[in-house]
Amino acid sequence: MQIGEFVREKVLAVQEYSLLSWTALTNVFRHPFYWADLYTQADLIGFGSVPIVILTGFFTGGVLALNSATTLAQFGAKAVTGELVSLSMIKELGPVLTGLMVSGRNASGMASELGSMQVTEQIDAMRALGVDPLKKLVTPRVFSTIFMLVFLTIISDGLGTLGGGWISSTMGIDVSQYFHMAYQSLRYPDILEGLVKPLLFGFIIATVGCYFGMSTRGGTQGVGRSTTQAVVVSSVLIIFSDFLLSRLTIDLFGR
Amino acid sequence: MSTAQTIPFPDLAPIDPTQPVVSFEHVSIGFDGHSVLLDITFQARSGEMVIILGPAAGGKSILLKLANGLIPPDAGRVRLFGQDINTLSPEELFAFRGHIGMVFQESALFDSLSVRDNVSYRLIEEHDNEADIARRVLECLRFVELEDAIDKFPDELSGGMKRRVAIARAIITQPKLFLYDSPTGGLDPITSTTIIELVMKQRDVYESTALLVTHRLQDAFTLATHRFNLKENRMERIENDGIDPNTTIMVLKDGRIAFTGSLVDLLRSKDPYIQQYLQQ
Repeated sequence: MQIGEFVREKVLAVQEYSLLSWTALTNVFRHPFYWADLYTQADLIGFGSVPIVILTGFFTGGVLALNSATTLAQFGAKAVTGELVSLSMIKELGPVLTGLMVSGRNASGMASELGSMQVTEQIDAMRALGVDPLKKLVTPRVFSTIFMLVFLTIISDGLGTLGGGWISSTMGIDVSQYFHMAYQSLRYPDILEGLVKPLLFGFIIATVGCYFGMSTRGGTQGVGRSTTQAVVVSSVLIIFSDFLLSRLTIDLFGR
Repeated sequence: MSTAQTIPFPDLAPIDPTQPVVSFEHVSIGFDGHSVLLDITFQARSGEMVIILGPAAGGKSILLKLANGLIPPDAGRVRLFGQDINTLSPEELFAFRGHIGMVFQESALFDSLSVRDNVSYRLIEEHDNEADIARRVLECLRFVELEDAIDKFPDELSGGMKRRVAIARAIITQPKLFLYDSPTGGLDPITSTTIIELVMKQRDVYESTALLVTHRLQDAFTLATHRFNLKENRMERIENDGIDPNTTIMVLKDGRIAFTGSLVDLLRSKDPYIQQYLQQ
């Protein structure tokens, strides 16, 4: 009986999440669209996340170069460090780390903000005032996160490659050779993969954050629970979907 | 604020005073397998105030949310202005709520917005003229005698002030139906009287229909036995111990209607539950 209840709850949650995600996306075709809220959220999510994305991108590229160069030196292949850092950052680490950082910062923020509004009846008040909370609160967050995560990922990719270059230069690798290898190794499918991933990750971050926020029950304790769940679920989904997308790209493009 | 355009309120057909503004027809609802409201049937005519009494967790707030279409009933029909709200699309329902003002139990003010923006929220969403918005906000805040708090934020207000702002927010579009969810809940007796006086002022000045949920019997007695004197700006007892003919009292018990009628009928009721309830 308890297992049945548990399964029923989870299936219901997936159904509600799917419905919220679908409505949030299709709201773009329904009048009205809250442009001002979209810009505000883009500012909060996008520009607000730039410092952590710069720091994580730069030092991830740096540590990648550090470990790669040390290992590759054993095979006399230190010169290909640029290729390794560039491909790793653009295909995997840039999108995934940016996604995880933004998830930690914004999925939690969305869940706690909407959760607080839910438990204090502000969401009901909004509906009672004739405003659809999905249009006003969820749709702008979903589209601004998707849009801004692409640019944040590009920043992370760039800073990661730069950080790798800086570390490489301290390890006796010619900087121009590093950047030459980093550039030459890239193919269009790699760029495509690196830019498609943040679209999906942005969608996951915003919809999961908003879903847990909108479904918050149980006062301030419930808000805390929703916040934690939003970060955990969105992080796991990012990593899982990254695996699926990487598999798909290899099947489609052979790299 | 938003640059979006909203769907205008649908025009309502002229309301026949004899026809109900709100009508519940055999409405039932439950949560997690437990029935909360069972076979609720009642009406509120134009200009009538229905005061809903009952014990805590008795489904009173749920009844108001059903009346506003915030939750759909499991069975039965809820009609507003003659329209079955279950037949409305979500967009139509959102627009329809323009004719309804709701005051929530804990005020439910938007905590990141100032009093001005809270009160004008609906007008801003409708993109009314800025000068017109400013004038109407001031009018509403004057109505609740809180114009000095216009630039404050909800966390700077006391519980009573929050309720008054919530009332100002509800009346700004002069809706035809008001829903009050425990407007005096958690307030001290003096502040509660002030809030009830405001509810009465709104009832007697705008002559709109209202459903008011409360667990305080005293609120029902005051509303039924007093009226608002606009000249002297205070409430006064109706002459000759009279009662307001447009005030109906409804008592809920275990999710069902245990009583409905005037204050006099309530006091004369022989029902043991009602007598026990009155003695509390």
